[in-house]
Amino acid sequence: MNLMHLTRAFNGIVWRELLRFLQQRERFFAALVRPLIWLIIFAAGFRAALGIAIIPPYQTYITYDVYITPGLLAMIQLFNGMQSSLSMVYDREMGSMRVLLTTPLPRWFLLMARLFAGVIVSLFQVYTFLLVAYFFGVELPPLGYLTAIPALILTGMLFGALGMLLSSTIKQLENFAGIMNFVIFPMFFASSALYPLWKMKEGSLWLYYICLYNPFTWAVELIRFAFYLEVNWTALAVVVGCLAVFLGLSFWAYDPSFGIQQRKVGGPAPAAA
Amino acid sequence: MQKEAPTGRSAHDPVLTVKDVSYYYGPKQALHDVSFEVYPGKVTALLGPNGAGKTTLFSLITRLFDAPTGRIEICGKSPSEWGAKALGPLGVVFQQPTLDLDLTVKQNLRYFAALRGLPRKEADERMDAALDALDMKERIGERVRALNGGHRRRVEIARSILHSPKLLLLDEPTVGLDVPTRTAIVRHIHELARKDKIGVLWATHLFDEIEPGDDLLVLNRGRIVARGETKDVVAETGAKDLGGAFQLLIGGDTGEDIAA
Repeated sequence: MNLMHLTRAFNGIVWRELLRFLQQRERFFAALVRPLIWLIIFAAGFRAALGIAIIPPYQTYITYDVYITPGLLAMIQLFNGMQSSLSMVYDREMGSMRVLLTTPLPRWFLLMARLFAGVIVSLFQVYTFLLVAYFFGVELPPLGYLTAIPALILTGMLFGALGMLLSSTIKQLENFAGIMNFVIFPMFFASSALYPLWKMKEGSLWLYYICLYNPFTWAVELIRFAFYLEVNWTALAVVVGCLAVFLGLSFWAYDPSFGIQQRKVGGPAPAAA
Repeated sequence: MQKEAPTGRSAHDPVLTVKDVSYYYGPKQALHDVSFEVYPGKVTALLGPNGAGKTTLFSLITRLFDAPTGRIEICGKSPSEWGAKALGPLGVVFQQPTLDLDLTVKQNLRYFAALRGLPRKEADERMDAALDALDMKERIGERVRALNGGHRRRVEIARSILHSPKLLLLDEPTVGLDVPTRTAIVRHIHELARKDKIGVLWATHLFDEIEPGDDLLVLNRGRIVARGETKDVVAETGAKDLGGAFQLLIGGDTGEDIAA
């Protein structure tokens, strides 16, 4: 194993994920249509009903569709993270995960390569959505399209790592839909994706605290500020911290010596034996 | 931290050493102090009824499970100590199909070659040679989903030897295949072992896949109940053939799982 081997393996894993993504056109359209419905139908209705005060990072009044765009980008990435995790559960059920896990490469490297592959797919989805949204009148600062990339990579990794952790705990493909509903919708709705936190606080204090402690909120804020060429340091710290926790737990869960996979199947003689 | 490769191994040293390996599923003991070796250029048949512990043993050798007791070495390196690095000389065909159905044969093999660190040009050359040897070269551009079970198995075997492994693990690779396909695969694997000096561990419950000169391990209820060259094992039991010897060795335990 050397650097060249690692590079080839990394490229191979990313290439396979991209191939699979390109072959699953329905997945691509679903990833686009879902946030577009929010943007075109939901935001159009709320634009009239809801005014957004001037809050950082905005320096002027903005329309509601501009406000929810970062939240929709995070939603695309969250769905993609769950999709990647579904793909890992599928690979495990279909057996192809074994091919990956029996290569002479460290598990953490294999998992990271899968994670990056998912992030690349999510960036492709995000920028396609932004292009379509532009034609529906959602204009963000031109330089923001570039400065948001590091934030989108981090948030893509965050949701990918969360999906990876979930995939290690899900035994069967059939259980996945329930988990997705249990994770995606509460995370999305109980966040600053649809309403600013101060507005949430006015409506319900306990809901405000739920939103405040939801990592999705901070992922949305990291993206939002990055589009306006600013860094929200609290958001960055929460996203990096949660990413480290989810990654650490995923590496542990997939480790053959310590992880969940091992505990599920067997091990040494029990104490009484 | 993983170690550096050991040196000074001779060409006759075992490519796989399993020593005193035990394994439990909760209170149930699946493997009891299992010990054996696989040598280069030899096919070692692992014969046992369903539930004997063959797949558990394969999962331990391939590090899908960690071996908590005993010792496993692949070409002198223990996966428990060396981590994934120890799996370098290993090729595997699992009992469960592991190809990506939505990719073509070529894409599947290229993906595997990349995981093994092979350069693209070398990978393509080896791919052509391996598929040619298994009469699959003309199917290289087809999606795996379009192939029948026998052809998928051939692709998996081609994939398992792409990186020139020193040890090949085959976990009942011919299950569900017709007789001509099985015969072709058995012949090809024996040729590979002889020609390329690959050590093969072949888990099976089909007697006709085992040649008299193959090494034989009989596993029953997690214990090795016989080991040696097949013809010697048969002679020692006094049976007329391998089927009779097997029945004697397992005491009629789960003979319905075994097919001639």
